[in-house]
Amino acid sequence: MVYDAGHYDVIVIGAGHAGCEAGVAAARMGAKTLMLTLNLDMIAFMPCNPSLGGPAKGIVVREIDALGGVMAKVIDKTYIQMRMLNTGKGPAVRALRAQADKPLYIREMKKTLENEENLTLRQGMVDSLIIEDGVCKGVLTETDAAYHADTVIMTTGTFMRGKVLMGDLEYESGPNNQRPSIKLSENLEELGFEITRFKTGTPPRVNSHTIDYSKTEIQPGDDVPQGFSYETTEFITDQIPCWLTYTNEFTHQIINDNLGLSAMYSGMKRGTGPRYCPSIEDKIVRFNDKPRHQVFLEPEGRETEEVYVQGLSTSLPESVQHEMIKTVPGLENAEIMRAGYAIEYDAVVPTQLWPTLETKKIPGLFTAGQINGTSGYEEAAAQGMMAGVNAAAKVLGKDPLILDRSQAYIGVLIDDLVTKGTNEPYRLLTSRAEYRLLLRHDNADLRLTETGYKLGLITDERYQKYVEKNRLVEQEKKRLEKIIVKAEENVQAMLQEANATPLKDAVRASDLLKRPEITYAMLETVIEPDNTLPLVVKEQVEIQIKYEGYIKKANEQVERMLKMEDKKIPDNLDYDDISGIATEAREKLKKVRPLSVGQASRISGVNPSDVSILLVYIEQGKIARIAN
Amino acid sequence: METDTITAISTPIGEGAIAIVRLSGPEAIKIANDLFRGKDLESVDSHTIHYGKIIEPETNEVAEEVMVSIMRAPKTFTREDVVEINCHGGMVAVNRVLEILLSKGARLAEPGEFTKRAFLNGRIDLSQAEAVMDLIRAKTDKAMSVALKQMDGRLSSLISRLRQELLETVAHVEVNIDYPEYDDVEEMSHEMMRKKTKEVHDEIEQLLEVAKQGKILREGLATAIIGRPNVGKSSLMNTLVQENKAIVTEVAGTTRDIIEEYVNVRGVPLKLVDTAGIRDTEDIVEKIGVERSRKVLTESDLILFVLNNNEALSDEDIKLFKAVHGLEYIVIINKTDLPNKLNLEKVRELAEGNPVISTALINEAGVDELEAAIAQTFFAGDIDTGDLTYVSNVRHIQLLKQAKKALEDAMASLEMSMPLDIVQIDVTRTWEFLGEIIGDTASDSLIDQLFSQFCLGK
Repeated sequence: MVYDAGHYDVIVIGAGHAGCEAGVAAARMGAKTLMLTLNLDMIAFMPCNPSLGGPAKGIVVREIDALGGVMAKVIDKTYIQMRMLNTGKGPAVRALRAQADKPLYIREMKKTLENEENLTLRQGMVDSLIIEDGVCKGVLTETDAAYHADTVIMTTGTFMRGKVLMGDLEYESGPNNQRPSIKLSENLEELGFEITRFKTGTPPRVNSHTIDYSKTEIQPGDDVPQGFSYETTEFITDQIPCWLTYTNEFTHQIINDNLGLSAMYSGMKRGTGPRYCPSIEDKIVRFNDKPRHQVFLEPEGRETEEVYVQGLSTSLPESVQHEMIKTVPGLENAEIMRAGYAIEYDAVVPTQLWPTLETKKIPGLFTAGQINGTSGYEEAAAQGMMAGVNAAAKVLGKDPLILDRSQAYIGVLIDDLVTKGTNEPYRLLTSRAEYRLLLRHDNADLRLTETGYKLGLITDERYQKYVEKNRLVEQEKKRLEKIIVKAEENVQAMLQEANATPLKDAVRASDLLKRPEITYAMLETVIEPDNTLPLVVKEQVEIQIKYEGYIKKANEQVERMLKMEDKKIPDNLDYDDISGIATEAREKLKKVRPLSVGQASRISGVNPSDVSILLVYIEQGKIARIAN
Repeated sequence: METDTITAISTPIGEGAIAIVRLSGPEAIKIANDLFRGKDLESVDSHTIHYGKIIEPETNEVAEEVMVSIMRAPKTFTREDVVEINCHGGMVAVNRVLEILLSKGARLAEPGEFTKRAFLNGRIDLSQAEAVMDLIRAKTDKAMSVALKQMDGRLSSLISRLRQELLETVAHVEVNIDYPEYDDVEEMSHEMMRKKTKEVHDEIEQLLEVAKQGKILREGLATAIIGRPNVGKSSLMNTLVQENKAIVTEVAGTTRDIIEEYVNVRGVPLKLVDTAGIRDTEDIVEKIGVERSRKVLTESDLILFVLNNNEALSDEDIKLFKAVHGLEYIVIINKTDLPNKLNLEKVRELAEGNPVISTALINEAGVDELEAAIAQTFFAGDIDTGDLTYVSNVRHIQLLKQAKKALEDAMASLEMSMPLDIVQIDVTRTWEFLGEIIGDTASDSLIDQLFSQFCLGK
């Protein structure tokens, strides 16, 4: 007997990384929000590697933080190690990466959700969506509870018709032997959604006591205290190292000998796996000339002995995994605690979504995270955040939030998904961003705090801090433009020490800072320093001045891009009515239904001439309206 | 209202004696005036035409004698200021004028852009909008196919190679960024990047140098017409000349008897040379012997070898086939209006895969096919014109210049020891510009390259 379990503004199905951000964002915006999850003990569980961040992804974590999300704060409280990557490169590609304490991360995130006003957390399996007049109006659980809502966000990860594969063993399951979600996936199909099948995999975990670390190389965290959130002030100093070892010819021999036993290589047609995260079988087949592959040993937490064997993702039978692992230096006596496996799952073809992550087919229904064909905790969290904001905005009658490609990696991610789709699990890479010099980890707050504040996700106190930082940066930039550095002895000495050519004439301090060899710290030694300035302000000033020319060039490109984004396409546009558009382009345009000419131009198969015709057609519409 | 000034050759290329280069936009008159020697075009009345000269800005030499029409907004086709430059000097001169305009800040118009502007500025009414879109489609498709067809096969493969090199370089930088702990690949150094950018830059520069010389365009492909007496060599020459409105030039310093005829066959410039003596002597092989005639023929870029359909294959014909063996030639079986006595199968066998075209020049039958075969032979890159790669399309030249500029920006950043991820921005732009030349702008290539070049795990 179905019973009425109440009414909410927003229902979030799932409490993984997407679900958590979605629930918190919606609740904090003032929407009465319900989160339904299969298992309350597995909130924000990390079924794969115990780390967050890295190139592009680390910047996303900061962007989520700047918008008022939770991921950054939770990891800052629970990491076992933190490193800044790419420090030897330009400021645009630097990124933080944390090793997470998995169980602690779950606890901390659960605590965050439980203490959130407007947010109800409940265990339950959703079987189907309640659809009325083609609009999503709630969900029905297996226990016959009917939850009504104005919007529903699906963040079901890899659970939809999930299937675990290891050798010839296969069974229906979510990650880590959790219950899979079968009926919901069927329900989506019945509703007419196009579903695709992806796969991913995970390596074995071994017991730390059985590892001989003396045969591996240590990978410690950074000494400098640092965190993802702009609000974090206390940093964990007691860090735990990771360790590096390698596969060798013996490992490869065992894998080659048993390739036919691998679930992914046994000749069965399977879902598409990601190229950037290949199984060890893939690596050996595709790059058979490589004599060795890196293997990182990463602790899964402080209170557990489980160690994640990064780099050995596999779907070989358990017995072969035992054999294989013993060939790796340091792991000769290692005991596997959990074997590696591959998992196949259903994903929604993401071109079926608007850039708000609402589905085009069913108004009121949003999807976010791995269900949209992405992979990675950060990518999921970013989408959860945006879906949460937009679902709440819809209920509260506010404007939707769509970030463009020049504002955030989040914008790049969602635009790629809804405009181009993806034929493998999608991962963010810095090379996907055209304007990565603008999308730095150091300026995520400057880019997005304002937006987060307007949404009501950033406190007044934090907003004031942001305004003040901005003010100080501008003030210091102006000050450096006014200060004249003369070709005096101390200046020439400083330049000589930095291997820079000496000054002939006096220059502006800002011009001196533009020289690649000269840092802000060096400059401070020859001008009157401003000791009141926080370090982050100095860093920002240095980057903005030093790369000014490049930033300017990128901004010019952005302006051109935005011009095309500003040319909106009416949502009722009938593409069949436009003569002259090529057939392939017409089909793509009808499917994606881009919101702007800019978005249209990024659809593969839509050529410049199609864009030109589209422009003329839209202008014609405008003229016609004026004429009438 | 658009803010930039566009320009294009607005008469079909190679199809008329007079070619018009059109400019439209706020700077149209100023740009034209800057290059014009004659009246001050900025002060003349609207809708007037003026005689003068277009000057090469670098050398101050006269590039072309022209008539220039000045039409001020709004009573013009586009409702913007419009300038039309009438050139008489043929394809080379017109292209040169266009290039000069581009170098002075005009932008090359997209296909159909003049019409598009006319429409957007309200010059064309709504009922015509449909037609405008059809026109843009038609022009774009034609421009695309012509541009691709007119691209020398060598140019396209050279560009593809340069792009692949740049792509590998960029992928190398990217892998260092996205997989900083990946130890299998050497960290890209400034020195490696410097070397790579310089190599590609030099190649682009060389291409542009060739384009600038317009060597082939100016000199034409040395083309010889051979065949026994009375097969129709003179008719062929006259037909090509008439069809293509040749410019007859007397070459200075040579005897008045030697005449070179320049013709432009579907964008391929031919220099019909009298070296083989087709006018004076009906039978070169007979006259100078196989060895010597072969030497003469070897100096030609293309040979048009005419046979008579109405006569059986003779010893002389066989000798001629021997003379052209291994060279680039087209066999023309003329007089197909008369009964066939020629063993066509045998001819095809002797032709070694070179094109065989049937004509009846007396009533101009088969001339189209012949012209198509000439163009095809040329653009497919079959003809050996030395090491020169042919770049004539103005759009291609513009893109090459932009590519070169982007690469120079990258090199400047290298000199300043900027981080490689910043240098790489301009290297990627170079790759994109080159891609536009060959019509490949797929942005996913980098990601594909990344994962095929490196074994990435973490």
